[in-house]
Amino acid sequence: MKPALSIVFFTAASGAGLGLAMWLLVAQLAGRLDTSRPAVAWAAGLAALLVGAGLLASTQHLANPRNAWRAFARVRTSWLSREAVLAVAFWPLAALHVLLTLRGAGIARASALALLLLAFAVVVSTAMIYACLKTVPRWRTWHTPVGFVAFSLGSGGLLWSALAASGGLAVPPAGLVLAPVLAAVAIKLAWEAKFAARGHATINEALAVPMSAPRGQAQGRVRLLDAGHAHGTFLTNEFGFVLAREREGTLRVAMFVLLGPAVPLLAWAVPGAAGAWLAAGAFGAGVLLERWLFFARAEHVVRLYHGQQAV
Amino acid sequence: MSRLGLVIDIDACVGCQACATACKEWNGSSLMAGGAPDYDPHGDAPSGVWFNRVRHYEAGHYPLSKTMNVPMSCMHCEDADCVTVCPTGASYKRAEDGIVLVDPEKCMGCNYCAWACPYGARELDEDKGVMRKCTLCVDRIYDTALPEAERQPACVLACPTHARHFGDFDDPTSKVSTMSAERDGRPLFEKLGYKPVNRYLPPRATPDVPPPAALAPRGTLQSRLAAMVNRLVRL
Repeated sequence: MKPALSIVFFTAASGAGLGLAMWLLVAQLAGRLDTSRPAVAWAAGLAALLVGAGLLASTQHLANPRNAWRAFARVRTSWLSREAVLAVAFWPLAALHVLLTLRGAGIARASALALLLLAFAVVVSTAMIYACLKTVPRWRTWHTPVGFVAFSLGSGGLLWSALAASGGLAVPPAGLVLAPVLAAVAIKLAWEAKFAARGHATINEALAVPMSAPRGQAQGRVRLLDAGHAHGTFLTNEFGFVLAREREGTLRVAMFVLLGPAVPLLAWAVPGAAGAWLAAGAFGAGVLLERWLFFARAEHVVRLYHGQQAV
Repeated sequence: MSRLGLVIDIDACVGCQACATACKEWNGSSLMAGGAPDYDPHGDAPSGVWFNRVRHYEAGHYPLSKTMNVPMSCMHCEDADCVTVCPTGASYKRAEDGIVLVDPEKCMGCNYCAWACPYGARELDEDKGVMRKCTLCVDRIYDTALPEAERQPACVLACPTHARHFGDFDDPTSKVSTMSAERDGRPLFEKLGYKPVNRYLPPRATPDVPPPAALAPRGTLQSRLAAMVNRLVRL
């Protein structure tokens, strides 16, 4: 798939923002968030900024954004519609929750829980947009939604601890913050082991030609003689993205370094808040790279009709 | 209730692109399909929206290989994921005849339906920012102003080798149903479970021809000598 930068940024940024929001809400529910301090407002503001910027970026992907408001119409069947509804519902509920928290209302605990669940649902439905597609076997696995949640909590948690290191927030336990980071890396490795290889579908399945049949019938490996067009088409442009193998290897190593060892190393080697911000930044860059590769390496089955032997 | 679709005879198709160009000609200015634009048609990088594309393949190895020209347009799937994933409701499947259509007034051009389609049947109109696809010439097949024989998709009418047939698969006596039953009509990419309606008739089996002499095992010295003498005698 073509790695559209708007979508790469949208999923990474809104994931981080929602992750930060989820951690702040967890801290509030656990009674570890002193909401009278301005640092909490800064943290909530950063979360809102990331989610908002992500959502705005996602509309850049639309060829006809004039009709974007119609995206709420098919919640019953479409994950994209569900994501749109939940992401938009996040804002009034968040405003209500901030208001209730500032008033010190007892019901703020209930609104915190509701907002926490909503943020979680947004991340899951964003992931399900991709995971539900039968046409992209590399996405259609549990790794996609679980990975999106882990990346969201990982990047949000690192932002949380960076904000806490800058003062004004209770410093979260390192184990709590690092758990989703480790989970994200583990899920990514598990996906590499099981799903990165081709072999989910073949050109013969696509064209209903059996590999072997009684003599005389069409059979055996199919190959493309001619795609029927002299230049690129919408299909080759959208689904024909090819990532050079060498480049893929380099980027993959960079991704795992940024997501894995870079985080604790930077936090440990650079003292104070700077180290925490660097660790969060490294992981954020890793998530952006991961999301870019998520698209660049996803192979749509329509490639089979364009001559690729297997996806 | 009907289930309209196409039968495409791979044995008859010569890959001439007549169906694809007839489709462009009819739908390029059709109100129902909304147009199929060309980009840079006479330039260095000609491209554009096609509802029907013909690709050319070879199955197996010479001398037992088959050349297959495979025209592909919307399969009007019974389980059309392009419709279920559409967030705006612009994509819909008609209950009365199963035709899958896009309402350009509602489409926001998110490409998600094209992602959900394994057949590459949907292409974005970059001029208008909305998705385009085969309508099965819904603006021809019900048009009573046309002579009855012409109430068929443009691609079917244009096909010079009669490789394309249009009809109702819900009617077991229809031409498409009987052809498909007789000739082992196959859906493409059945594994994905979209239940495509269109059927492809595989190339007919070639009669079992003995391999050419060059490939036959060399006989004994005696038989080769006899063959040589026979050839000389025939001179």
